[in-house]
Amino acid sequence: MTTNSTKNQTAATDGGGDVRLTGITKTYGSFTAVHPLDLTVPQGSFFALLGASGCGKTTTLRMIAGLEEPSGGTVHLGDQDVTALPPYKRPVNTVFQSYALFPHLDIYENVAFGLRRRGIKSVKKQVGEMLDLVQLGEQARRKPHQLSGGQQQRVAVARALINHPKVLLLDEPLGALDLKLRRQMQLELKRIQTEVGITFVHVTHDQEEAMTMADQVAVMNAGRVEQLGTPADLYENPRTTFTANFLGTSNLIEAEVDTRSGDDVVVRAAGDKLVLPGARCSAPAKAGGTVLVGVRPEKISLTHADDAGSVPEGRNRITGRISNTSFIGVSTQYVVDCAACPEFEVYVQNIDRDARLAPGAEVVLHWNPAHTFGLDAAQDIDAGVAEGEAA
Amino acid sequence: MSTLTEAPPPLTPTAPDKRPPRTRGRWTPYWLLLPGVLWLVVFFVAPMVYQASTSVQTGSLEEGYKVTWHFVTYWDAVSEYWPQFLRSVAYAASATVLCLLLGYPLAYLIAFRAGRWRNLIMILVIAPFFTSFLIRTLAWKTILADGGPVVGALNTLHVLDVTGWLGWTSGDRVLATPLAVVCGLTYNFLPFMILPLYTSLERIDGRLHEAAGDLYAKPSTVFRKVTFPLSMPGVVSGTLLTFIPATGDYVNASLLGSADTGMIGNVIQSQFLRVLDYPTAAALSFLLMAAILAMVTFYIRRSGTEDLV
Repeated sequence: MTTNSTKNQTAATDGGGDVRLTGITKTYGSFTAVHPLDLTVPQGSFFALLGASGCGKTTTLRMIAGLEEPSGGTVHLGDQDVTALPPYKRPVNTVFQSYALFPHLDIYENVAFGLRRRGIKSVKKQVGEMLDLVQLGEQARRKPHQLSGGQQQRVAVARALINHPKVLLLDEPLGALDLKLRRQMQLELKRIQTEVGITFVHVTHDQEEAMTMADQVAVMNAGRVEQLGTPADLYENPRTTFTANFLGTSNLIEAEVDTRSGDDVVVRAAGDKLVLPGARCSAPAKAGGTVLVGVRPEKISLTHADDAGSVPEGRNRITGRISNTSFIGVSTQYVVDCAACPEFEVYVQNIDRDARLAPGAEVVLHWNPAHTFGLDAAQDIDAGVAEGEAA
Repeated sequence: MSTLTEAPPPLTPTAPDKRPPRTRGRWTPYWLLLPGVLWLVVFFVAPMVYQASTSVQTGSLEEGYKVTWHFVTYWDAVSEYWPQFLRSVAYAASATVLCLLLGYPLAYLIAFRAGRWRNLIMILVIAPFFTSFLIRTLAWKTILADGGPVVGALNTLHVLDVTGWLGWTSGDRVLATPLAVVCGLTYNFLPFMILPLYTSLERIDGRLHEAAGDLYAKPSTVFRKVTFPLSMPGVVSGTLLTFIPATGDYVNASLLGSADTGMIGNVIQSQFLRVLDYPTAAALSFLLMAAILAMVTFYIRRSGTEDLV
């Protein structure tokens, strides 16, 4: 589904510096990389396009940059229609995936490149300040290949930012860095964005990265935006199975709608009665119909079957047998075989570990009904699982 | 470690395990160098020494030549043949510039725009090599023949008036003029320009062009500030591969030129094979080598490509 966010986004700002994509699309022969897409990135926000490789996120970014010509639709920066402008005339700069630093120029000249092209003579002060911002003042006269990956990445950011673009586009800028450095650069980029206040559009396949950095995330799949919202909203209220599976992990159970009682929907899954708030059910919940009931693994408590009586009333509960456990320090991840779902995942914080919770143990899974969400059962229940794992 | 290959059976397994690899490791580079060094000694150093000794000999063919440390030969050679020296450099430089002007756009096209035609164009560039150098140069005699279509066209377009005025051609002729020699040199050495240019252009990451465009460089600026500087290694090696052999060439000048277009290669050839004045020929060869070496060194220094290559 194409998500039209124009209504709730532009209200917050004056709209003067928004990036507005209207019906933008890109086809290569018979293959459609990006289906007609409407998207508004509010001025000054940190916006992430999240999706697996080949979902059209980079193509979308390149159309904003002007490096790819849209097959249809328009790109507006503020009030200006830039659809027909070549990249060098757009007030937009890009941080490329492989940085694309000019190997024949030193760091200083790399950073000064954009200023010089616009005919600015005295670049010294600006370049100096920009190098300080990314903490590379010492390296000014070095060549790109003499720097580490993280330093090159910062040069790429500096080289783009110095032009004070209306929008900074980042194409998987952290993809080539190792995990620790990536974490560090995520915070660094976030700091820089807050400091300069420029709109950032960040393309990534790493859901954690998108959630850490962005104010708004658009989850893309197969050339369409699946869902758009704040990281917490997307995580807590996925509206499609793709979002539910791609962003973190979800336990999805096929269930039959029993009744609606007040604001709640009561469903049955393999004999267990589950309750979920009607407001969190994005599917039409008619009695007798099917829905997918979802719950995140960390919302669930695990109680040994012997203590089943201690589970408070009013909680959703399912019984099963532990088939696998893995201890990962802060938490333990359990895979529980239930009648409704053969691989129910549960993450339990390692506060008081119950030694009886070992593979083979009979357990009761229970959680607050408010943490349950409902999805349309017509979708593929495993959509986004493989992509999420690969990312 | 493979003690199996050399160690005699009675040795204990531990001792030989340690030693052979170390000594072998120490000598390996030298053994690997040996064939190349031998080749160079036999086919480069020895002839050079022989040639150097020839250049300071005196005598005649009948009485035989003796080393008399007669360095005056060098001075005589320069004072007698400096016009040919200058002409060689001028012709070779013109041909190199023409090769660069013709070759760069073609190399650029092959590297960035040819798409699926790339291999075909590459083959077309190399195809002339399948025919002998001599035959190809002789073919130019036909192309530039007096009264031929090329000369006729150039005449109609009044190009010959201009080139005649510049001293490149004389009258209605193209053959036997400097222009013909430079054309032949350009044609024969063009692939040596195109191939290194193509190699260095092809190595340029296309995203650098995108990045430059993204940073407000219009296409012509992208070329000036990014593409061309990054292709400098190709420009330098292409010009060297063209200029050096072109300076010493004598085939083009003798087939397409006249007595007035003799290059230093022609002089050396006739000294060796016709006049049989070996010392002068050897001295001229050394002078040519020294001159080229000096020019190339200066050129590489100036182009500042040491850290690009």
